Amino acid sequence: MSQTTHHAPGGGLQKRIETNSILLVVAILILVSIGGIVEIVPLFYIKNTIEKVDGIRPYSPLELAGYNIYVREGCYTCHSQMIRPLRDEVERYGHYSLAAESMYDHPFQWGSKRNGPDLARVGGKYSNDWQRDHLRSPRSMVPTSIMPGYPFLAETPLNGAHLAEQMRMLRVVGVPYTDAQLENAAADLTAQSAPDDPGAAALRQRYPNVVINDIASKGGVTEEDALVAYLQHLGVSVDFKLYDDKANIR
Amino acid sequence: MRRYPFERTTTMSNDTFERGKVRIDEKTGVPTTGHEWDGIEELNTPLPRWWVWTFWVTAIWGVLYCFVYPAWPTLSGGTQGLFGWNSRTEVAQEIGELQTTRAPILAKLNAASLSDIEANPELLAAARMVGSVAFVNNCAGCHGAGGQGAKGYANLNDDDWIWGGKLADIQTTIEHGARWDGDKATHSSAMPAFGRDGILTPQQISVVADHVRTYADLPNAPEPTAEGQKLYDENCAACHGADAKGNTELGAPNLVDAIWLYGSDKPAIVNRIVNGGGGVMPAWKDRLDDTTIKALTVYVHSLGGGQ
Repeated sequence: MSQTTHHAPGGGLQKRIETNSILLVVAILILVSIGGIVEIVPLFYIKNTIEKVDGIRPYSPLELAGYNIYVREGCYTCHSQMIRPLRDEVERYGHYSLAAESMYDHPFQWGSKRNGPDLARVGGKYSNDWQRDHLRSPRSMVPTSIMPGYPFLAETPLNGAHLAEQMRMLRVVGVPYTDAQLENAAADLTAQSAPDDPGAAALRQRYPNVVINDIASKGGVTEEDALVAYLQHLGVSVDFKLYDDKANIR
Repeated sequence: MRRYPFERTTTMSNDTFERGKVRIDEKTGVPTTGHEWDGIEELNTPLPRWWVWTFWVTAIWGVLYCFVYPAWPTLSGGTQGLFGWNSRTEVAQEIGELQTTRAPILAKLNAASLSDIEANPELLAAARMVGSVAFVNNCAGCHGAGGQGAKGYANLNDDDWIWGGKLADIQTTIEHGARWDGDKATHSSAMPAFGRDGILTPQQISVVADHVRTYADLPNAPEPTAEGQKLYDENCAACHGADAKGNTELGAPNLVDAIWLYGSDKPAIVNRIVNGGGGVMPAWKDRLDDTTIKALTVYVHSLGGGQ
């Protein structure tokens, strides 16, 4: 093996790096981190990344549970939540999405694929009943739909045991849940599940614009109830009649 | 001494190798790279010219792009690009142009009354065009692409109207929806849950369901009964009318025709009486502008069943 070492031609710096694995690793790290420094680091300090808008609030416990189901079932693989600033999209779906609207999503659900329609502003577009019927059997509502049915969600009781912990975790990463919201997570979950629950007023105060769900099943809150509550909250937080587009041109 | 096949057999010194022994290959006439392994050398075939050019064009394009478009973050924001382009300004401008194009006809729609729109062929065509697009985008999910409805979601082609089929009625229903939580002016009346809330016993519900089925002369409907009539008069007639022809003020459907939103068999009717309630329709006045709602009203009215 005396003369078999393979050296790069050219010599100099390139040869030094290519023949010294530590140096090569360091050089790779430097090169790769340039991408991060340029694309990610500025998001932490430049002020124009997220628009200043009124009305965005953290998810209520039931909505958060629905968000978890949305992620678990992989809804994002077919539905985006990102109305791009393109004329056709704005015409169809409404105002283009703002960064602020997904700032409390961890992780965000922008998605990159639209086998189904964009869902960024689906909240309030259909009744709760429609969402239920459609989740159970999409083709009963839209005959040409290729969406799979999710009838089992209506039969699966919601496990809300860890929602309070999840909210606490989200607070650590910057979602401004208040102490009252954390303490009342379980009560708020119940209150949003029943129209005549005594906790409804407190819930509405803690989570403005909350849609109180008319839970269909007598057997308690189901995963379907949570998912519907989540869907009904999508894109309804910002009042675009009051939103100043020009101030947020960037 | 045994020689392994991977051992180098040439006599070229390491020194020679490192400097590279570049030579012209006799067979191809192409220079070698100077790399050599077990007597195998590598040709330094030049890259295709189109590839090299593409490479340089994209590299130069990338650099220019950084100047022309918003690209690099700075300490306080980011570079704006030479022409100040950004997607939000562009989309605002494009939508502005669209609005300018549509403005004349939309202004006419806006100024005309609903009945004038229907009477004027030009306005009617425009309203139907605007309305049909808004319909498939917003209404078709529930009412079907052709307005045919589904079980629990009203058919808009027939002449049976839950909340009224006149132009003004349709407009009100679109604007405020039905039993929609976020709108104070929504159609709010709902059928009591006669069974769930214990207003009627299961036996009474069965009797009145049978009785209701006699009005429309449904298949296998039993004969009307005095008990059924009494129960109907006491519990149902206030909304559905003594003649059972319904009341669009209260969203109480007509029970004497053949159109049944939730089905006309006995279990379906019993289910309605037990659980009450009614369909929910979103209010659209905050989602759609007034002109679009007018166009939708005319469109729905002209589907076939408008009164």
